[in-house]
Amino acid sequence: MQKFQFHPCGNFKESYYQELTIFETDFGRLWMIIGLILLFGVIPFISSAFVLYVLNTMGIYAIAAIGLNLLIGYTGQISLGHGAFFGVGAYAAAILATRAHFPFWAALPAAGLITAAVGMVFGLPSARLKHLYLCIATLAGQFIIEYVLVQWEGLTGGAAGISVIGATLFGLDLGNDRTFYYVIYICFVFFAWVAVNLIRTRYGRAFIAIRDNDRAAEGMGIPIFPYKLLSFAISSFYAGFAGGLYAYYMISITPEPFNLWLSIVFIAMIIIGGLGNIPGSVFGAVFIVTLEEVLSHATEYLMNIGASTGVAITIAPLREFVFGLAIVLFIIFEPKGIAEVWRIVRSGFRLWPFSY
Amino acid sequence: MEFFLQLLVNGISLGFLYALSALGFVMIFKSSSVLNFAHGELLAIGAFLFLALSTWAKLPIILAFAVTLIGSFSLGFIIERFFLRPLIGEELIEVIMLTVGLAAMFKGLLLFIFGGDIHSYPNFLPEGLSMQWGAIQIPSVYVATFIIGIIFLIIFGFFFKYSSQGIYMRSVADNQPAALSLGVHVRRVFALSWAIAALVCAMSGIVLGIINGVNVHNLSAIGLKVFPVVILGGLDSIGGAILGGVIIGLLETFTGGYISTSLREVVPYIVLVLILMVKPYGLFGLVEIERV
Repeated sequence: MQKFQFHPCGNFKESYYQELTIFETDFGRLWMIIGLILLFGVIPFISSAFVLYVLNTMGIYAIAAIGLNLLIGYTGQISLGHGAFFGVGAYAAAILATRAHFPFWAALPAAGLITAAVGMVFGLPSARLKHLYLCIATLAGQFIIEYVLVQWEGLTGGAAGISVIGATLFGLDLGNDRTFYYVIYICFVFFAWVAVNLIRTRYGRAFIAIRDNDRAAEGMGIPIFPYKLLSFAISSFYAGFAGGLYAYYMISITPEPFNLWLSIVFIAMIIIGGLGNIPGSVFGAVFIVTLEEVLSHATEYLMNIGASTGVAITIAPLREFVFGLAIVLFIIFEPKGIAEVWRIVRSGFRLWPFSY
Repeated sequence: MEFFLQLLVNGISLGFLYALSALGFVMIFKSSSVLNFAHGELLAIGAFLFLALSTWAKLPIILAFAVTLIGSFSLGFIIERFFLRPLIGEELIEVIMLTVGLAAMFKGLLLFIFGGDIHSYPNFLPEGLSMQWGAIQIPSVYVATFIIGIIFLIIFGFFFKYSSQGIYMRSVADNQPAALSLGVHVRRVFALSWAIAALVCAMSGIVLGIINGVNVHNLSAIGLKVFPVVILGGLDSIGGAILGGVIIGLLETFTGGYISTSLREVVPYIVLVLILMVKPYGLFGLVEIERV
């Protein structure tokens, strides 16, 4: 184990294990500890109720985005159904809580497992399909799940939805934003830790091999179909777990939010954040949620101005325009996402004053 | 029996409508292998441009039509030049997301300018086209769609089969590096295919607008309906697109007529997944032979 040392100014790795290290120097660990202290000790106490709400949304979306990045960024299987899987998780948790009276701590993993099973079913076409065709098959999955959520009224309550009330964990009331913040971010840290380490195992390496060239991976003895299914299952588990958190946090859920647009938003998160990069998915979730909040406040503000000056313009559609513009600009000018910007900024500091 | 026949006729006309609206999509895919999620918005842009020119600017129909076609042709060029060209050689998912972003931009702009209401064109189709056999009737717009659709499909077929640009497009779609090394101007092929696709989209958008009224939400929803239509027939086959359109149209009208109207919207996707499981490249798609 290295002691305090500086980054070498080049790639001097001598073994595969050095390549696998997460923290190259102890500064990384130090920064992570500082970050965790800020996350759990400082931020929840200085934030207003609104900021806490935004942070909680970010945390929930970040968990789902990490799951999607494992599937798209690492395994290379494009899925347009992640929003629907998120919805399946939300409904599974809500139904387990209201019908089967599952406690909070059991309902979430159960929702994750149910979603993983559903995800594997919709991952089955990946046995024969790839690229565009798989993309369209998952799009079909999105529409089929949406249909089931609306139409299976006996189970899901149809368009009226379900309400989940009174989540408690070890006697703590989770109705409070701050308590829920802790629940969300403990789960978030755990899932991020699992994802980062999963990539370093044989499973993660198999995923990356399949992404880079599935025929070659098969030729080297990786059974690609089981691994693709596994990737679908893990990714859906993340989505389902996050969906369960969403259901408990939002208290009442309807099929409305889990549409194709949500799937697109998840993909936008990982593309803007950085494909094949776990911190990138978190950056993407933070960016998109912030953008959405800023846009909705800006439109509200402009609408009020419009109402007072008598200029009746509906500015709401411009929200969609700006959202699309953000995606397009990011893809054209920084296809590797915020994670790449972050790396450049960091190495700029590290190499200062000789940065190039 | 009459109900059945009416459904059959409705299904086939709906299918032709889908096939017609899928043409621009197939055009782009055939030359540049880009899955265009902004397809519905391209349809909508054409339809609204025609609407603005014919009802707001009060141009004569023929002139409005010509200006719409020129406008969308240039729009196609602009989209390719400024948005798609920087992405040549990038990952599939990034190109897909770029078109999704474009779709959101166009939809936002159209909603901002025209609002979410249903607009309609002034009536300019001759009435004599409608057909009647016993109790079954086909309104004149459908007959017109059918005729326009057939004409375009024939033109397209000849274009891809015999014209030099069409052959360039097929060669680029088949193997980009090989086409490049044989002297095909790949960038020009891309630009031209986007321009022609936008033009065809405008045309289909106008036809859709005549039939259903011009509405941003409806037209962009049709953009999504194009996926099962095109995939079912195989992404790179125009004949497949027609057959896919007719199959989807029949499926929709028959489930709508006999089972339930809510199932109607999902059935194409269920059938799509089942067919893809059996034939991964669609019914008529070219099977790719892959090498490591």
